[in-house]
Amino acid sequence: MNRLRTAGYHLSMSVVSFLWIAPILWVIVISFRSFDDVAANGLGSLPHSFTFSTYKQAWEDADEFRALINSLLVTIPAVLLSLGLASIAAYGLARYNIPFRRTVLLLMLMGNLLPPQILLIPISRFVELIGYYDTLIALIAVHVGFGLGFYTFVLHGFMRDLPREIQEAATIDGAGPGRIYSSVILPLTRPAMAALGALSFTWIFNDLLWSITVIRSGEKMPVTPALLGLQGLFVSSWNVIAAGTVIAAVPTVAVFLRFQKHFVGGLAIGAVK
Amino acid sequence: MTVAEAVTTSDRAAHQAGGGGDRRTKRAWKVSPLILAFVFVPFVVEAVWVFWPAMQGFWLALTKWDGLSAPTFVGLGNFKDMVSDPIFKTALKNTAIWLVLFGGLSVIGGFGMALLLQRERRGVGIYRAALFTPVVFSLVVTALIWRVFYQPDGLVDSVLRGVGLGDFIRPWLADPDTALYAVILPALWRQIGYVMVLYLAGLKAVDPALYEAAKVDGASAWQRTLYVTIPQLKGVNSVVLSVIVIDSLRSFDIVWSMTKGGPYHSSELLSTYMYSTAFQSTQLGYASAIAVVIFILALAVILGYLIRAFKEES
Repeated sequence: MNRLRTAGYHLSMSVVSFLWIAPILWVIVISFRSFDDVAANGLGSLPHSFTFSTYKQAWEDADEFRALINSLLVTIPAVLLSLGLASIAAYGLARYNIPFRRTVLLLMLMGNLLPPQILLIPISRFVELIGYYDTLIALIAVHVGFGLGFYTFVLHGFMRDLPREIQEAATIDGAGPGRIYSSVILPLTRPAMAALGALSFTWIFNDLLWSITVIRSGEKMPVTPALLGLQGLFVSSWNVIAAGTVIAAVPTVAVFLRFQKHFVGGLAIGAVK
Repeated sequence: MTVAEAVTTSDRAAHQAGGGGDRRTKRAWKVSPLILAFVFVPFVVEAVWVFWPAMQGFWLALTKWDGLSAPTFVGLGNFKDMVSDPIFKTALKNTAIWLVLFGGLSVIGGFGMALLLQRERRGVGIYRAALFTPVVFSLVVTALIWRVFYQPDGLVDSVLRGVGLGDFIRPWLADPDTALYAVILPALWRQIGYVMVLYLAGLKAVDPALYEAAKVDGASAWQRTLYVTIPQLKGVNSVVLSVIVIDSLRSFDIVWSMTKGGPYHSSELLSTYMYSTAFQSTQLGYASAIAVVIFILALAVILGYLIRAFKEES
């Protein structure tokens, strides 16, 4: 009886899991089909061909290569900058008696909780005004500004819980505040930084709204918004669009696989407190 | 490892000396200019890119502005216009549907899967990974995967025809009756894994002794879930609730990449309507007013989240 139940459990969970990833597998299959095959047999049929030319088309003709580079040019600096700024702010707020520290922290968190829609128009205007409209720098700045509040809040929680004595010991040894930050506090918050790093990488890499708000020219688009343009470029060539989709998904999947533990832990940060 | 050990030992020593109790309340370190700069610089960055634009956004909501001439102040005029704007009403209704269906079903689905996958046993890791995979994708990728699916003669149609339901086939994303739901489905596909992870973390934190006690008292598995697990998850529930409401109101990418709110605004959400009003018909004042409506709808949840954060602080 018990064995039967276990078998039933695994059978049903396998079916659910398979159905869950089936759409992904299906798109991967389509991405390797030739145009003639899709045209003749339809998107719903099993493959009758195998080709890499779809990937070549997406990579070269649609210039997804450049789009990927743009994405990395935005994502990497934005992640480093926002975590760097958030960690110094969290350090100051968590470890020192700064006036109005609680108000500052909550204000910063509140900024991150705002619906981005309220910021779209003013930011697109502001970016234009300072002459950075349609530049990757503007996109980096927006991501850093908007993400800071949440990262500061999470890191503050971690730093606050570090015991007071280690800081005392470092102070007695003659370390100043900057030194304590870089060689005592920062190494101890590494797990939290890794979790936030993995998370923010995917968030920024996957962004659509800010990119289409501050960037106009096609050759500056990161890969997520550029993927939408692919639909216009290859109307009804769904095999090429599928290949483009796979290409655009690879970096975040790679980050996820590499930092799996941190990633899942990061998502759960808010859940248990 | 060594650092952590050193920390715990010094901690214990301090406790024995009677000095460890007040480490949270007293912050004796002097605030140096460097520390002030540490806090000030990030705060200014956020002020320039968030606080200041937000204030401008609220002000613009009270104006009429085409982006070329100077904005003219119209008071609450934009909000009055909304009342007689049928597209706004559709968008508001769809946002409510979105909240209920997308929010409700992802909580039910995510919690259910977390209950099924909470026990560490063989294979569970693989099942969890399968459900979690879509969370990694961008919503644009998700949208395109499902667009391929929904294409005429795509897999959905083939399967329906295969099981004899060919009559139901329709242009899923181009039919005003089905477009909204055809967009919610992929959004759910991605969100359920996320909610599951939140609940899995919450379930892990429940004290196993409680289950043991309930078991000894003769509670069935169902009763244990109902009377032990669910009350113990209060904290997670409120986090999930805030995440879901904020995510629902922010939802933009998936709709924009699948239907752009169409056909005939049938899948329009407040967020997509705001965007097209702002950047396609350049009614910047009216668009700002829609953004303010989104903010007001999110306000209760934002405040709840902040109050909880505040309590934790003190």
